[in-house]
Amino acid sequence: MSEVTQLIHHYLRHNKKFPHMLCAGCGHGILLGSLIRSVHNAGLSKDEVVVISGIGCSGRLAVYVDFNTIHTTHGRALTFATGIKMANPELVVIVLMGDGDALSIGGNHLIHAARRNIGVNAIILNNEIYGMTGGQCSSTTPQDCFSMTTPFGQLEKSFDIVDMALASGANFVARTTAFHAQLTDEVIGQALANPGFNLIEFFSPCHTQYGRKNKYKNAIAMYQDLKSKTMDVDKYKALEESKREGVMPIGVFLKRDDPALETRYAGVRAKLQEAKQKKAEAAKAAQAKPAKAKEPKPDKGAKGKETKQDKGDKA
Amino acid sequence: MAATKKGLTTVAIYPDWCKGCGLCAAFCPKKVFEMDPVAGKARVVNEEECVNCGFCELHCPDFAIVLSPKNTDTDSSNNPTAKAKP
Amino acid sequence: MKKKRTQLFALGNEAVVEGALLAGCTFFAGYPITPSSEIMEVMAQRLPMEEDSVFIQMEDEIASMGAIIGASLAGRKVMTATSGPGFSLMQELIGYGCMVEAPMVIVNVMRGGPSTGLPTSPAQGDVQMARWGTHGDHPIIVLSASTVQQCLDMTITAFNFAEKYRTPVILLLDEVTAHTRERFELPFAEEYEVFSRITPSVPPEWFHPFQDSLRGVPPMPPLGAGYRVHVTGLTHDEMGFPTQRPEEIEEAISRLFRKIDQFYPDIMMVEEYKTEDAEVAVIAYGSVARSAHHAVDRAREEGVKAGLLELKTLFPFPRPQVVKLARRCKCLLVPEMNMGQMSREVKRVNNGITRVRTINRVDGRIITPTQILKNLTQI
Repeated sequence: MSEVTQLIHHYLRHNKKFPHMLCAGCGHGILLGSLIRSVHNAGLSKDEVVVISGIGCSGRLAVYVDFNTIHTTHGRALTFATGIKMANPELVVIVLMGDGDALSIGGNHLIHAARRNIGVNAIILNNEIYGMTGGQCSSTTPQDCFSMTTPFGQLEKSFDIVDMALASGANFVARTTAFHAQLTDEVIGQALANPGFNLIEFFSPCHTQYGRKNKYKNAIAMYQDLKSKTMDVDKYKALEESKREGVMPIGVFLKRDDPALETRYAGVRAKLQEAKQKKAEAAKAAQAKPAKAKEPKPDKGAKGKETKQDKGDKA
Repeated sequence: MAATKKGLTTVAIYPDWCKGCGLCAAFCPKKVFEMDPVAGKARVVNEEECVNCGFCELHCPDFAIVLSPKNTDTDSSNNPTAKAKP
Repeated sequence: MKKKRTQLFALGNEAVVEGALLAGCTFFAGYPITPSSEIMEVMAQRLPMEEDSVFIQMEDEIASMGAIIGASLAGRKVMTATSGPGFSLMQELIGYGCMVEAPMVIVNVMRGGPSTGLPTSPAQGDVQMARWGTHGDHPIIVLSASTVQQCLDMTITAFNFAEKYRTPVILLLDEVTAHTRERFELPFAEEYEVFSRITPSVPPEWFHPFQDSLRGVPPMPPLGAGYRVHVTGLTHDEMGFPTQRPEEIEEAISRLFRKIDQFYPDIMMVEEYKTEDAEVAVIAYGSVARSAHHAVDRAREEGVKAGLLELKTLFPFPRPQVVKLARRCKCLLVPEMNMGQMSREVKRVNNGITRVRTINRVDGRIITPTQILKNLTQI
């Protein structure tokens, strides 16, 4: 374990100011560490990794790591990722989004990226609140919880990211939390090796904006909560329906290796190229045949030209 | 996780990077850390008790904790940057 | 023997595609919208056949913009096409494109508005939006075309400007130009210039991605080439990292302007027709310029010394050419299919030199030569 922190330092941008700008006890830093370790363990070079982030606390993570990094506009990180992956399928694309990014303003892009099965690894850092803007409720704020814009309790239901990803057709779906760094390492590692759209929900406690308003004494209380209420997904499935209340399953929910969009596109292109080549060859053959058949005809000039052209083509 | 015995690990905290969230102190199974009430940051109090489980190092959100074997030999096998591709 | 150019008979929209392919476009992302859909359809047919080219249909116009900016950062020449409502959705990311200096071409085939408006009728109501649509102070290049041949030529120009100046370039067509089917020619390779972005020549550790230079346009590495640049929509310093320092902010924003400003003579394109001795000049763009062309001819037959200044570049507004004309003419006539968007610019630069009259039409019909002629003869 001695190398863990040194390894992380190796991947951080040395000309940035540290410690990072996130609050004390914020889980985003833990994810950043996990991400670095997973990329390192996958044996990827810094140059081939593209980290794309949206807006918000999670958006600020990209600037700290020494990869190709893009800090996009609110909610659109996945669209950039789609463009980049299609433009250069060799790149390993990792998208960091907050819950507001991925599910509210960018909800449409999320389900379409999953449906499209574009080869992107999306990590949603879910802190159940809009942290950067001062603690307004988000689409994952649990019902009856408090925020700046739900001072009397949230009336609406919240999204379940895992269910949504499963329904929209993602290739790989997992949930992990800031308390489970080892699981996070493993899950990101699996995602990086999996083709197509891989989605990881990462629960990241936000005490500054969410915990304070919802009777958590400090950040540690939120981590303790995560520790007590999480359960491995396989165990959870074996659990009786009545005992599932309040339990959060974590782990890998789905893993399949359907070919990614960029692979399918390459397949279509290869077919088209093949057809084009065949057509060209057929045209050539057709050109050569009548020339022979026409031999007795007096039109010698034309024939001479044709054979010249053939020679030119070959040259 | 090379060593799991007590007393084989040094625990170092970068005070400049520590934000004092207290995660390490709260979840360390051997109570190696303590929160410094004046500085508001974590400090190592029971280094001898550390069993090198690695929780603190993995979970420090600010990358401020370094665990290393006690008899630090500084050869390249211990240097992670040698492994990392440029 | 003189070679003959390939002649085609097609829509303005199809000519745009031909132009894009000649200019080296290898990435198109879009979302269908009348009257620009043909661009997307032909792209879907053509791009997968071309060498190393990508076509993708996205879930909306915002996503289309995101995809092309991403592909642009990955080193592609990129384009999208849309119409009014889609163009409105794109505005935020056009600003992002200006900020991160991503070369890209956005074709907006104008239709009647506001809102859903008149999907199948022409208008020119997006002129000021093309210039000022996105928030914040930013420079931008807006071009237009009046004939199908020009659709092809101006698309090539748009790509060249985008790559040369690292900026989004907007090509404003109107429904009539886009849906006119007429003959046009493909130029020979030696007849047009294709410009591709400059990539850095220094090693990564020496490279400052947004450093100022004489040209003001920094070299742009593609993703994955070893430069590991941070790209952000936040105001950034020359290393690409967000900054709050007033002196760095000033420098960054003023460079964005300067890189366009200092090349005004290159960017401002107009076409003059019989303006040498004109007493009355029509200033027009898009399909209206064609009507104006006819009107000028007919006015000359009737003895009115009329001329036409056709704007191919709308923004930066070709001020020198318009002022020159204003000093010579008794009156400038600005016909357009909106309530007066370009005429504001003309009046602004005219600044009292001469009289400016406008013809405005917003009923979804084109401005006819007769309508312009009537005004020309009345003056």
